[in-house]
Amino acid sequence: MHKESELRPPLILGDKTWHDITEDVCRPVESKANKWWWLAFSVSSAALLWWVISVSYTLGTGLGVWGLNKTVGWAWDITNFVWWVGIGHAGTLISAILLLFRQKWRLSINRSAEAMTIFAVICAATFIVSHMGRPWVGYWPLPLPNQFGSLWVNFNSPLVWDVFAISTYFSVSLVFWYTGLIPDFAVIRDRAKTKMSKRIYTILSFGWVGSAKNWQRFEEVSLVLAGISTPLVLSVHSVVSMDFATSVVPGWHTTIFPPYFVAGAIFSGFAMVQTLLIIVRKVLSLEDYITIYHIDMMNRVILITGSIVGVAYITEFFIAWYSGVEYEQYAFINRATGPYWWAYWSMMTCNVITPQLYWSSKLRENIFATFIISIFVNVGMWFERFVIIVTSLHRDYIPSSWAMYHPTWVEAGIFIGSLGLFFTCFLLFARVFPVIAMSELKTIIKSSSEGGKKKAAKHSNNPESHA
Amino acid sequence: MSASPKKFVYGIFNDDEVVLNAISSLRKKGLKVKDVISPFPIHGLDHELGLERTRISICAFIYGMTGMSLALLMIYYMNIFDWPMDIGGKPSYAFYKNLPAFIPVTFESTVLCAAHGMVITFLLRSKLLPGVEPNVIHPRMADDHFVMAIQIKDDSEIANVEAQLKSAGAVEFINK
Repeated sequence: MHKESELRPPLILGDKTWHDITEDVCRPVESKANKWWWLAFSVSSAALLWWVISVSYTLGTGLGVWGLNKTVGWAWDITNFVWWVGIGHAGTLISAILLLFRQKWRLSINRSAEAMTIFAVICAATFIVSHMGRPWVGYWPLPLPNQFGSLWVNFNSPLVWDVFAISTYFSVSLVFWYTGLIPDFAVIRDRAKTKMSKRIYTILSFGWVGSAKNWQRFEEVSLVLAGISTPLVLSVHSVVSMDFATSVVPGWHTTIFPPYFVAGAIFSGFAMVQTLLIIVRKVLSLEDYITIYHIDMMNRVILITGSIVGVAYITEFFIAWYSGVEYEQYAFINRATGPYWWAYWSMMTCNVITPQLYWSSKLRENIFATFIISIFVNVGMWFERFVIIVTSLHRDYIPSSWAMYHPTWVEAGIFIGSLGLFFTCFLLFARVFPVIAMSELKTIIKSSSEGGKKKAAKHSNNPESHA
Repeated sequence: MSASPKKFVYGIFNDDEVVLNAISSLRKKGLKVKDVISPFPIHGLDHELGLERTRISICAFIYGMTGMSLALLMIYYMNIFDWPMDIGGKPSYAFYKNLPAFIPVTFESTVLCAAHGMVITFLLRSKLLPGVEPNVIHPRMADDHFVMAIQIKDDSEIANVEAQLKSAGAVEFINK
């Protein structure tokens, strides 16, 4: 059996048995929602309704209802798209990269982080669809035979790469998530009391029984999926960054973009995981599984990726000066001192200064501080995309075409509405799906739980057991 | 073709190490240990049962290579052979010269085919599909109990098998 040092902090608090894990994880699914859930659900569905109204108005009337103009052709739409895709990255990092690195602390958080990935990518996709203006021709970036002669899509174009990257990322994440859910659905199925829920979870669990061969294949599939999701997740935000980096717009034309975007994505994704899980662990009473240690570990990731992002900002600025290209230099001076200076300095404060607070272990282990800082990071990362997109565009080569961008209520509605969509999905997930990967978490109860560690210590101190 | 269905005695265990250690000792005594159903993967169980290594990762590799070839073929046909374009002074006249720009789509297609192909193979091979009725032997076999399936020829063996299972640590027996 796998042994773990007593010095390592336990990943599951208390003297839990396998059955306790089942009970604790199934409770939210099997019991009725409390008033806090209904309150949160009402607020987020109201926001979702605003999204429906704003998107319908946009599609019915045209993109003119947004604040875009001839100079600033991309603004909140792509800002939000990149922001949401970035948030999604933490889920894949936790479930794939931490699996390859054999980080057992991922087991309590991977399920909800992956759910977050799926919902965040759905939110991102809604911006792609709505910014098309005419979504009924949304199939144009696909390589399909068509009536326009034999005109094909241009595979040299980063926008086509993006279509492939995002759709692959979404579908592979979905499959990875669902494969892990199958055994856990079987647990709920076998406990189901009503005929209806038995039926639903029988369908969802695909008839899983957990024979030795099934588990052997399941583990191999998880490992290989983790192996191919790792380069996939790194490629997705690299490709997103190339939408900008392969252009000739000063401020976008930067070779540092792919690694800088990936680090930023993981940074913002972990912040969103913190925001969600701090609430989830409290509301669903999962404090024994999502412990202070888990929060500390995620804060360390935020510290590292936040520092990478900070270095990238400074490098960009330095290279703009060092390049000697006056347009590039102006783009960066304009970011920091131009009319959008407040966006730039919000970004710098939230993304460069805030994560540095995490050098203090007291703050890393403080739930309230973590929650506040995670919100700051989310806001800062939103401003990062806004700064990159809007401030690089609004003052282009000819001063006569310089313009300012102001969002309209429609764009605000789509943004707030996408938050509504995200939280509605997440709240439904927390009610119907097991929020912790039970069957995977059960594998570490003997080696890494508080009770298991105590038993192992007793066992090794007992001389008879060595005989 | 055997006319009568296979008969099993199921020993229910409540510890993963006990069930793992029981396999070889029961087999030495002549019992046909066919399978162990567990609520979570037990490390070393496939080895102990003598299962062959799964070839599903080989499948994933083949699917991935298929995806890569299809993507390259598609891009070659569309952008080089059928309708080469000159966009921004960067013509697509030779496949090898444009290859760097084709890598992202080729990579994504490789991953797409490998992941979906492998998962579909896994589901079909393990007979997991929506609507499949599971054979639930013990109500807590997905929760915290372990089921060991012992194949028997006829009912006369049941008593002996149950005694053996009990001495190996089983806490309950079911025969169907």
